[in-house]
Amino acid sequence: MSQSVIAIAEQSEGTLRKIAGEVCSEAIRLGSKAGMDVVAVTIGPGATQAAGATGDFGITQAVAVEGDDLAAYSGEAYAAALAEVIRNKGGGVVLIGATSFARDLLGRLGALLEVSPASDCVGLEWNGGLQAKRPVYAGKALLTVAFPQQPAVASLRPNVFGADGGKGASATVETVAPTGLPAHRATLVERNVAEGNKVDLTEAETIVSGGRGMKDPETFQKLIEPLAETLGAAIGASRAIVDAGWRPHSEQVGQTGKTVAPKLYIACGISGAIQHLAGMRTSQTIVAINKDPEAPIFKVADYGIVGDVEEVLPPLTEQVKGLVSG
Amino acid sequence: MKVTVCVKRVPSTATRIKVGGDGKAIDEAGVEFVLNPYDEFAVEEALKQVDAAGGGEVTILSLGPEAITKELRTCLAMGAAKAVHLVHDAPFRDPLTVARVLVEEIKAQEPDLVLFGRQAVDNDNGQIGVMVATLLGFPAVPDVTELTIADGKARASREVEGGATEVYEVPLPCVITAQKGLNEPRYPNLKGIMAAKKKPIETKEPSLPDPAQTLESLALPPERSEGKIVGEGAEAVPELLRLLRDEASAL
Repeated sequence: MSQSVIAIAEQSEGTLRKIAGEVCSEAIRLGSKAGMDVVAVTIGPGATQAAGATGDFGITQAVAVEGDDLAAYSGEAYAAALAEVIRNKGGGVVLIGATSFARDLLGRLGALLEVSPASDCVGLEWNGGLQAKRPVYAGKALLTVAFPQQPAVASLRPNVFGADGGKGASATVETVAPTGLPAHRATLVERNVAEGNKVDLTEAETIVSGGRGMKDPETFQKLIEPLAETLGAAIGASRAIVDAGWRPHSEQVGQTGKTVAPKLYIACGISGAIQHLAGMRTSQTIVAINKDPEAPIFKVADYGIVGDVEEVLPPLTEQVKGLVSG
Repeated sequence: MKVTVCVKRVPSTATRIKVGGDGKAIDEAGVEFVLNPYDEFAVEEALKQVDAAGGGEVTILSLGPEAITKELRTCLAMGAAKAVHLVHDAPFRDPLTVARVLVEEIKAQEPDLVLFGRQAVDNDNGQIGVMVATLLGFPAVPDVTELTIADGKARASREVEGGATEVYEVPLPCVITAQKGLNEPRYPNLKGIMAAKKKPIETKEPSLPDPAQTLESLALPPERSEGKIVGEGAEAVPELLRLLRDEASAL
């Protein structure tokens, strides 16, 4: 059987997640370099509908894994079902988005397929085999690895690989029901969505982030939230203020928090500790607002304003509003 | 309840990384090594769960160089009963290789619960906990911020995208990986530090299977070119917005 590139396209209730487009597009690019067919795989309730939608990214062949056994999410069951499809489709390369979904599945797929996946990759090359580049030490260094066994499995960091959508086509979908799933498993029993259905930091196109220079939790809320709302941005925070209890850990950017790569990162009152810089330095454009002109954040910022956040942020929010509505 | 906690020694998060002459590993000169921050949460949780169960024992397990004895003593000072040190000094080990070695030892320990930090902050794989679970045939929940155990079952909350949480029910034995927020790790007290000196650290020399990933190179990321200070205070805002729109196309 010829080998294929498997694109695991993450979906929820029939709708593809944003990262799925990035994974499908990269799979197609890699497939043409490696001379392999590309098969998109979706799983869980709504998988068949979502599988068809991968055609928008140029996928022609998709497999949807659906069944009563997969109605409630379980990492054990999902990994076993995906591993079966990967084997049946002759997976030579397997790509998945580096989201929470992959954090639960990647290691399991490695164990089941007896390979070592590469997590959170930011670059893939084909040199007769896959070479994957991935940040280590929270992005302070880049590691390049190769895979002695097949399939080569890699998760792709969101916002790094471009999605090539708008093809307006639909993929041919084969729907399969998994068999022989493990009985001893963790089962999802409850899902609590955060207020306002927030954009996640790792997938956000714009992030407004604050640190100690925001003075106190009230000032943070008063100045950061309106700017973030006007820009449609996600909110980030430095470790110092998360540890101080001002903001939830889910907003922490940097080592022991999240690594982000938005189009625009606005750092307000953040001095730029090395572990914070590691987590946001691959952002496309960085803006820093800080009253200390010597703050290390200015070393990585494209544009800086030296000044107090209480003076700078209110007019910034007002003038952004003018731009957005104009 | 028997709990095994897998820990690793890593460069502190304040480390400025330099690549060594071979282009394959970091230059360790002057680097401060610490217990992986997420592993502190795992050790604390193990001690809490044993207390809550009304008895049991916490065993620390680590694969790493001689020098990790210091971090193992810290875990023992926090309250773990003993440690098993699989001595191996290689700068790069892929996830499956590490998982396979740990699995052999964990099997022998027959724990009810296995805890990991969600990822080691050096290689940032974030896979080994669930990989070990799969090889053992145990269920697993990664990135856990809340854990309660009763009647042979664990209830674990997991943080996912956008600040949402998922709650899982898991039969024991199982694997849990600890996310920040799970607890506040205790500092070892003097009594704990003294007691730790007498606690056993068993050393073994594991044989490693063939690697499942090969290291091609380790490099520093490209430097960002230094940007410009647009100006001072509120007056600089219009120029900042003009640059963001016209030069950076970021708005």
